[in-house]
Parts: sequence; structure tokens; C-alpha cells
Amino acid sequence: MNGAPLLQKVVITNPQGFHMRPMAAFAQLASRFKSSVKVSREGQSVNGKSILDLMLLAATQGTELTLEVAGPDAQDALDALVKLLKSPPPEEEVSEASLED
Amino acid sequence: MRMSDFVVREAIVPELPATNKEGVIRAMVESLRAAGQFRGADVEDIIRAILKREFLGSTGIGRGVAIPHTKHNSVERLIGTIAISHKGIAFDSLDGEPVYVFVLLISPQDRPGDHLRALENVSRSLRDDNFVRALRGATTREEIIALLDRAEH
Repeated sequence: MNGAPLLQKVVITNPQGFHMRPMAAFAQLASRFKSSVKVSREGQSVNGKSILDLMLLAATQGTELTLEVAGPDAQDALDALVKLLKSPPPEEEVSEASLED
Repeated sequence: MRMSDFVVREAIVPELPATNKEGVIRAMVESLRAAGQFRGADVEDIIRAILKREFLGSTGIGRGVAIPHTKHNSVERLIGTIAISHKGIAFDSLDGEPVYVFVLLISPQDRPGDHLRALENVSRSLRDDNFVRALRGATTREEIIALLDRAEH
């Protein structure tokens, strides 16, 4: 199944934005799939398997990102990556923020 | 925002004496304190916060680069510094390789956008292999400052 790329838009809901920890998780998850993963914001498109690339997005809360996945496992990859982006921040992040206040 | 907007020049560490993760972070935070960026009383708390963040997942992003960071209410604007280790330091990096170039960031509590823009800026610089190679070869603060200035034209 090497058809047309699958596209899905996701809005960043994390108050801290799409920051380094979720970026690392995203890039590591994306790298487990054979499909190519692109993430774009307002026309700027980067490689979703590279943290250094994802850092270019500087996506704050409310930013809309578009995922573009192409390859033999595209649907599985897209589902997993969207789920990751939509999942709430981990508990330790919430407690970390309150500890630092 | 450009890297020279938040890198505190006087706090750049051209030759890290450290041999481990905590030593790197301590040297960089101490260097920012010596440059007058926050009170000595805040040093230990900042180090602890950065180490806590590292514990949740290393900021060693591969290619010999790490970006340790935290939010802390001792700073009113985002500040950062750069440090170089010529020997390389084990940092639990995502690619398992030692780290040679460190960019440490401390941002105010309520400015996530500034932090993300700083990361964008760091990425724009560090994605250039020649720039990273030149940084790794630098041995003085002046050399690193010159590289930063040149990279941003």
C-alpha cells in the first residue's frame, strides 16, 4: 500500500506547546514506522522523525499542524502519531510545573 | 529572536572541565550566575530543576548536541549559554553518542512561546554541520562569539 499520502490536521492543546519532550516522543515513535512522516505548519514542512526538524515548528498552544504520512504502514503511523499529539501532558509534567512555581 | 539575543556571552564555557551530566549542568549554571544573571542562592534550585527534567528524558538530541533546560522564576527573560566539551560527555543521548556541544536555556515560568522560539533558533544554527564542527573546534569564548555572530548574517 504505497498510495497517496495520508493527511491529518492536529491542533496543539498542551499549554506548553509542542515542546521538546513530546517532540522526542513523536520523533522516536515516527522512526519506528517505515513510512515517511512530514509535519507542516503554515507551509513549512519538516521531517517528523527528526527532533532538530520538529524544533523548527515552534508550535505554541492552539497551533494547527498537518501530518503527512506516506508508505506501507501509513495508516498505523498516522493513527499512533495523532493519538500521541492529542494525549494530555503526562502527570509528571503537571506536577513539575507546580513544583517550580 | 536570534541566538545572540539570549546567549549570555560572558557565560559561554569554551572548555568544560566536567566529566558527567551533573558536572556539565553545574558548570553552565555557575557560569550564568558568575555573569550576574541570578543570585547565588538560586543556583542549586536551578541545577536541581534541570537535572529533574533530564531524568524525565535526556535533552541529548543526537549529533553530539544537548539542550538542557528548565523554567525558573529567578529569570525575567529567557537566557542561555553554550558550553563545549572536546572530549565528549555521556549524556544518555537519544542516539547513545557522547555530547560535545551544550546549549542550556532558562526561561521564565509563563513564557512557553519564548522557549519554543529559542529552540527553533537553536535548531536553525545546529542543523548546520559546519557550524557544529566549528563550535566543537573552538577553544576560546571569543571564537565561539565570533561563530555565533557570523552564523546569523
